[in-house]
Amino acid sequence: MSLDISFIGILIGSIMASSVPLILAASGELITERSGVLNLGVEGMMIIGAISGFALMVITDNLFIAIIGSMLSGVVISLIFGFLTQSLLTNHVATGLALTIFGIGLSAMLGKDFVGIPGKDFPILFSSLRESIPFFGPILFGHSIILYFAFVLPFLTSYFLKKTKLGLIVRAVGDSPVSASNQGINVILVRYCCILYGGGMCGLAGAYLSLIYTPQWIENMTAGRGWIALALVVFATWSPIKVLIGAIIFGGISILQLHMQAVGFRIPVQFLIALPYLMTIIVLVVISRDSRKIKLNTPTSLGRIFYKEK
Amino acid sequence: MEDLLIRIEKRNDVPTTLYFFTPFIAIILTIIGGGIIFYALGFNPVEALKFYFITPISNLYGFSELLLKATPLCLIAIGLSFCFKSNNWNIGAEGQLTFGAIVGGGVALLFYNQDGFYILPLIIIAGAIGGMIFALIPAILKTYFNTNEILVSLMLVYVSKLILDYLVVGPWSNPEGFNFPETRQFSDSSRMPLLFEGLRIHAGIFIALAAVLVSWFVLYKTYLGFQIKVSGLSLKTAKYAGFKGKTMILIVFMISGACAGLAGVGEITGPIGQLHRMISPDYGFTAIIVAFLGRLNPFGIIFASLVVSLTYLGAETAQIFLQIPQYTGQVFQGMILFFLLASDYLLFFKIKFQNFSKNELRH
Repeated sequence: MSLDISFIGILIGSIMASSVPLILAASGELITERSGVLNLGVEGMMIIGAISGFALMVITDNLFIAIIGSMLSGVVISLIFGFLTQSLLTNHVATGLALTIFGIGLSAMLGKDFVGIPGKDFPILFSSLRESIPFFGPILFGHSIILYFAFVLPFLTSYFLKKTKLGLIVRAVGDSPVSASNQGINVILVRYCCILYGGGMCGLAGAYLSLIYTPQWIENMTAGRGWIALALVVFATWSPIKVLIGAIIFGGISILQLHMQAVGFRIPVQFLIALPYLMTIIVLVVISRDSRKIKLNTPTSLGRIFYKEK
Repeated sequence: MEDLLIRIEKRNDVPTTLYFFTPFIAIILTIIGGGIIFYALGFNPVEALKFYFITPISNLYGFSELLLKATPLCLIAIGLSFCFKSNNWNIGAEGQLTFGAIVGGGVALLFYNQDGFYILPLIIIAGAIGGMIFALIPAILKTYFNTNEILVSLMLVYVSKLILDYLVVGPWSNPEGFNFPETRQFSDSSRMPLLFEGLRIHAGIFIALAAVLVSWFVLYKTYLGFQIKVSGLSLKTAKYAGFKGKTMILIVFMISGACAGLAGVGEITGPIGQLHRMISPDYGFTAIIVAFLGRLNPFGIIFASLVVSLTYLGAETAQIFLQIPQYTGQVFQGMILFFLLASDYLLFFKIKFQNFSKNELRH
């Protein structure tokens, strides 16, 4: 392996690409969690997005419809979660788990006729600049539009939460649903919206995998990325910008372990793959023991059922 | 609201009969839902459901397989019921199962060329301890660092699977195994005795049944069980009564981990007979559904483990006869939990159909 400068540029580019599904899913889940809802169904929503996107691409031959359709499918599947947890007041953890288990099963059922069909090339932007500029070319150019969107999304999310009235409402609902409700905010409606938004983003994250990252349909192709995205939200202590940083670290580890495997590096590759999970646990311990730190961004009512006596 | 025909009221007490009846509603709704999905995918729903729920258990071998798969589900769910009853969200039973299998499997590999009656009990104890230790990690972090046990136990699932992967590829791989990711076959002394010639059902089922009886006794007849149930109902009451909250968290996680570890060794010393990557088709996660479906009641869990075990078998049969992916078992498992949680609404709320007498209508 030659460690020349252009190789590093390509490496960084591929790390960015591998972090995209994590950024999208984690940003969506972050909004959901900020409203006080813990949706463990990320993996299930992602895989449904992946199969819907791919199936629509094969059927309609239109990538735009495929992308929009994948987001809508994420919204629809998250509606199940929303209806159960918000309208029927079910337990968030159990419902989210059911959503993941159901989603993985349903996607395999829907996708049985799409296994082995080759994907289509997704249009990439500025491909000429990618080749002509050394080092920065592969980093900045030659990506899909989804990647650029993913890298802007955390900043938009941060702006939304901190600077807009709607963002304030979301945070209020997550931190103190009772007071928010007394202020005349429809807590259930806000939470519904945040759940559906999270579902849409997870659907898009899944479509990125099946349409762009590895353009094909494979059963269970999200391979635990949904769980990493969930961990990432905690790792980032519910801050959108840290989600971006964390996604690059987690994505970087998954790319680096591939390269290290190739050069026969001596650390067992399993240890490297386990690193994101171990790091998440360590971060959790560090932020949880300091009650000030965890209170800073943690939605206080996370995972609790809100019921308003009518 | 005058024009509303249906009114919803919060119940003050949950009727026991309804509490144990709703799981059956959930199962029936799941079967109907499954039929609709099969129909939507272009199958004859009645025929597909027959392949799913009747064909697998229409002979003795199938019945043995049903019990074989229900055994780990039942064991893990029994353990989880201790956690869930006391409001501890251990969702990493899959990891505790895997780690128990690693520790138990390690002992089995130590004795791979030896015989002796003492080997199997040693493996079983080692597995239980392995699961227990692994479950203590989220428990200790929760009690002393206030860390969320859901996320920690979940992250540890992946860690345990990677440890297993490392071991079966690396140091523990079979020296005569042509680099397959698997260990040596365990010796006969390390295997669970089979109950019947030609069937895979093994003595592990007695461990599961013993766990059911012991857990029933502990939960309903001892002070510890009382403490667990009270803290599940109200943490404040438990604190006021002076229960040692931290110790109790550690205990319920240890029980839960030990049960998952036992399920793990049951699998590797039973049907599998060695360690490899795929020692569990997500029994640890599915057992969460079993625990809920069984209403966290030891005898309910026996019933629920049989139902959920059937979804595993049905998925296998459907794969053979209908060429649909084996993952469909998860569609049914997910649906059962959805419908069960949804039907719980009936437990906590009364749906009243307003009686409009003639007097009221005149107003």
